[in-house]
Amino acid sequence: MNGKHIGWIVLLLLGLVAPFLVYPVLVMKILCFALFACAFNLLLGYTGLLSFGHSAFLGSAGYLCGYTVQGLGLSPELGLLAGTAGAAALGFIFGSLAIRRAGIYFAMITLALAQLVYFLALQFPFTGGEDGMQGIPRGHLFGLIDLSDTMNMYFFVLAVFLFGFWVIDRAIDSPFGQVLKAIRENEARAISLGYDVDRYKLLAFVLSAALAGLAGATKTLVFQLASLTDVHWHMSGEVVLMTLLGGVGTVFGPIVGATIVVSLQNYGAELGQWVTVLTGTIFVVCVLAFRRGVVGEVALLIKRSGIRP
Amino acid sequence: MDIFGIPIQALMGQLLIGLINGSFYAILSLGLAIIFGLLNIINFAHGALYMMGAFFAWIGLAWLGINYWVALIAVPAVVGALGMLIERTMLKHLYKLDHLYGLLLTFGLALIIEGLFRYRFGISGESYPVPELLSGGFNLGFMFLPKYRAWVVAVSLVVCFGSWFIIERTKLGSYLRAGTENPQLLQAFGINVPLMITLTYGFGVALAALAGVLAAPVFQVNPVMGSNLIIVVFAVVVIGGMGSIMGAIVTGLGLGLIEGLTRVFYPEASAVVIFVIMGIVLLLRPAGLFGRER
Repeated sequence: MNGKHIGWIVLLLLGLVAPFLVYPVLVMKILCFALFACAFNLLLGYTGLLSFGHSAFLGSAGYLCGYTVQGLGLSPELGLLAGTAGAAALGFIFGSLAIRRAGIYFAMITLALAQLVYFLALQFPFTGGEDGMQGIPRGHLFGLIDLSDTMNMYFFVLAVFLFGFWVIDRAIDSPFGQVLKAIRENEARAISLGYDVDRYKLLAFVLSAALAGLAGATKTLVFQLASLTDVHWHMSGEVVLMTLLGGVGTVFGPIVGATIVVSLQNYGAELGQWVTVLTGTIFVVCVLAFRRGVVGEVALLIKRSGIRP
Repeated sequence: MDIFGIPIQALMGQLLIGLINGSFYAILSLGLAIIFGLLNIINFAHGALYMMGAFFAWIGLAWLGINYWVALIAVPAVVGALGMLIERTMLKHLYKLDHLYGLLLTFGLALIIEGLFRYRFGISGESYPVPELLSGGFNLGFMFLPKYRAWVVAVSLVVCFGSWFIIERTKLGSYLRAGTENPQLLQAFGINVPLMITLTYGFGVALAALAGVLAAPVFQVNPVMGSNLIIVVFAVVVIGGMGSIMGAIVTGLGLGLIEGLTRVFYPEASAVVIFVIMGIVLLLRPAGLFGRER
């Protein structure tokens, strides 16, 4: 039993207990953003690629899911599937373009492409423009379980989250994940070892986009709403913040980061415009003095204290 | 008189707007390129500092009675000094780290600046009057050319080509180019590189503020004017590549014109045309039109 097993057990217990202690919709929101941030971390933390356009996957999957469920009248699981598949396809397009450049350009390209998606979402008729899609029905899962019941919905969201998190965890531990880490550490060396680096990067990008899409589609079902907020570049910045604050390149960091940021926004709603200032300040502090993030710092403390969990 | 079924006045009007937008793209991407050259940082706060320039001009006029001409010099100086302070206190600590941290830090700064202005001024925006000397316009027969717009284009051309001249043709510029190539070696020759970096950041930021002052009478002065613009400028930078100063200027102006033309012939696409061009350039010439991989 190692630290990661303990982490999983704690996560499961928290997931089961949380809705009885805190407002369930808030926990669902945290779970959606945690999955989003974990998907993002697969790219930033394990491949070393900073995408500044992940809002496009979250948002467009939300719209696709909303359209599938509301416009076509299909079941929620098909909605999730449509959102995830759409985000993966979009991720393929973004990835194919963005991996042609490295580092800082990669970030700018993904940001610009996401802005393109934002303008498309603003103009397409089915997205409802400024109003967004409202009143999206949650429907019955597999035609059996009524998701309009909050607790049913909660455990469904928890299951989706755990599935997504498991996929990411497996990917990181797999030989595929090892190659990604090799690319992050020393791309030239990975190339010289014969790995087709671009293909690995693209695959990581598509996987990250698909899971971000899964998060976005789930979020749409939870809030019964798909809006421009989710495709706006602020959202791309937020997911960077969650990952950075929790700990880049740590398995559980993004979950911690998402919990902090979402709670902050929830309980700090009366702060109004100050939320943006506060977010920016956290960014600056994290970059200047707290680059390991919460989980990274805790892991370091444990390591230094010599306890072997 | 029509060209492709478009009245020539409309065509020229849109081309002029395109040229104005292009001027701002050029000044901003020039600043980004200069900063990136020496600091290896993409200054995400560039848009916010541009907005700050516009707001400082407005505040100067509305609260302190400082006129446009003074603002044109004073605002870039003030914002440039602020930039130098940012560099000294924060950016300085990041040079040894991955370049991405510079992007993240300046992103945070952009949020702080934008948030503060949004808190104070809301998002509705303020309007800045065109200075008296530049109000009115010329009737060119085929179109009406407002004086102020001609002024904006003229100033930005002077600023852009002046910067190009300083960087490419003077001794000072040769230090800058040397610093871009190899800062350690330049330091060994007795040049104070850290000071040069500070001044360069200040200059790049002052350019953004100057663009802001120029923009104040053209656009609505509001807290989100910078963030909307900076993403387009990023696309411009990706298209042009940051390897050459002239490249940044030409790409900026050219894309502004293309955007203006799109607004005439296919208005629905005008918001996205630059991003589409970016995609095409990445497919055909990944390093950018004037870029070199680094």
